[in-house]
Amino acid sequence: MSESDKKKPNRRDFILTATTAAGAVGVGAAIWPLVDQMNPDASVKALASTEVDISSIEPGQSITVLWRGKPVFIKRRTDEEIKSARAVNLKDLKHPEKDEDRAKNPEWLVMLGVCTHLGCVPLTNKGDYNAWFCPCHGSHYDTSGRIRKGPAPTNMEIPKYEFVNANIIKIG
Amino acid sequence: MSDHEYTPKSKFGKWFNDRLPLLTLANHLTDYPTPKNLNYWWTFGGILTFCLITQIVTGIILAMHYIAHADLAFESVEHIMRNVNYGWLIRYIHANGASMFFLAVYIHIFRALYYGSYKSPREIIWIIGMIIYFLMMATAFMGYVLPWGQMSFWGATVITNLFSAIPFIGESITNWLWGGYSVDNPTLTRFFSLHYLFPFLILGLVVLHIWALHVPGNNNPIGIDIKKPSKDTVPFHPYIVIKDLFALLIFLIVFAFFVFFSPNILGHADNYIEANPLVTPAHIVPEWYLLPFYAILRSVPDKLLGVIAMFAAIFVLVILPWLDTSKVRSAIFRPIYKQFYWFLVADVLVLGYMGAMPAEGTYLLIARVATVYYFAHFLIILPFLGAKEKTLELPLNITEPVLGGSPNQATAKDNNNLKNNL
Repeated sequence: MSESDKKKPNRRDFILTATTAAGAVGVGAAIWPLVDQMNPDASVKALASTEVDISSIEPGQSITVLWRGKPVFIKRRTDEEIKSARAVNLKDLKHPEKDEDRAKNPEWLVMLGVCTHLGCVPLTNKGDYNAWFCPCHGSHYDTSGRIRKGPAPTNMEIPKYEFVNANIIKIG
Repeated sequence: MSDHEYTPKSKFGKWFNDRLPLLTLANHLTDYPTPKNLNYWWTFGGILTFCLITQIVTGIILAMHYIAHADLAFESVEHIMRNVNYGWLIRYIHANGASMFFLAVYIHIFRALYYGSYKSPREIIWIIGMIIYFLMMATAFMGYVLPWGQMSFWGATVITNLFSAIPFIGESITNWLWGGYSVDNPTLTRFFSLHYLFPFLILGLVVLHIWALHVPGNNNPIGIDIKKPSKDTVPFHPYIVIKDLFALLIFLIVFAFFVFFSPNILGHADNYIEANPLVTPAHIVPEWYLLPFYAILRSVPDKLLGVIAMFAAIFVLVILPWLDTSKVRSAIFRPIYKQFYWFLVADVLVLGYMGAMPAEGTYLLIARVATVYYFAHFLIILPFLGAKEKTLELPLNITEPVLGGSPNQATAKDNNNLKNNL
């Protein structure tokens, strides 16, 4: 190639670049369905919400329901538990969140019963805070489900939920 | 290795070989010159090939009876155990075969570490081997999920959640892996599909592994190059074939002991309870062959860093040929490396034990020390030894340690040159 050929792309270069680019887009478009088929399908997404009757839960009791294949803890907290959750200094928390933001209705704590470390189900009324303790790798959570000790990076997640009436919670 | 020209004897053989040189390949594999000082630690390549074939054959049979569905998988495994003719035997061979496969691969890897088989010019053999090892772990993990017992389910949950540690896109990735919002039927069916695929990928890599091996030829216990093929080597067949078969027989005794006398000792009783997404078993433990990495994961108190440390523990092995800068291959001539080698063996065993224990108190402390030492071995000790260690004098050739001195002037001269180069 002469010096001038290098500097100025000719028609051949243009066709090569255009073909390669069109080919790459085509291959990408062909691969995407092969990748996306692994994402949650329509039937999985359809099971997005569930309604739970909470009328029979006494203070201090907790139930576990299945939502999207994951356990959800619904805990009716005692006054003491609420007090201890709200008395915590936010500076002491690894993942600072106010209990007021986690439990809109202080008596009811609704959260995903999934340890944020590697997804085990924590045990209730166990651990250093007498709230939740994950047996897999030793994460301790307080009465607001906030991580206090152990490898989990964040507090247990609060799902989207609402009180349909005084007795029914709709999760999702 | 220098291949002499091969011509098939029969006319048809010649006709065929001119069109597809399979007979040349067979001849190469038969006559392949092998160092004559190979010891029994070199028989595990053959044993591993046997393990892979066994897993593929028993796996294909199990797939004829197994049903990959969250509601039916557990029952279909019990069906194999109780109703299918010899189903119990085939499943126990497959399940214990995985353990035997890992037992053999660990011996194979530690043999390479002792005799420096990963060093130039065998780096590519080593790296392909590490990819095989990694695929073996992925395959074994997915296979363990298929019976859909409690350990299957929660093991799958913990391992797939490792990916949620990735910042920003972690959650999308785990949902993509699961095909939902938790481990469920879509996860099971894709694991089944991939568990069927991966052994064939491993098989392909094994072919590359052996191909790459046959370019420089085998390393050997004293780790020096072959000087004179006619003196230092024996043909692969019958010498190595018979030796490998003998070692395989001994290995099969151990294999058969597990299959027939304690088929469940390497598994977990919890896996005979059907998967329940609401209850986590009190103590989740992976299969024994993954325990050292599990211990490393748990010894780091931060989620993302723990995952990084675990994958780094494997990656550090991949780059080992460039971390160990010593030109002398075999630990026989490296008095200090030899000691650190055994420290590493002990360290990995300690990590394995800590991986099986609860992650708290003294166990956690020991696991942390062992994790630090594991990385220090590869990242600090090996480069340091490469620069500072005073190695012993290498023999003139492979025959010398056996016969005592080489009368061959040319070889002695060669060796002097070699020593000067070192």
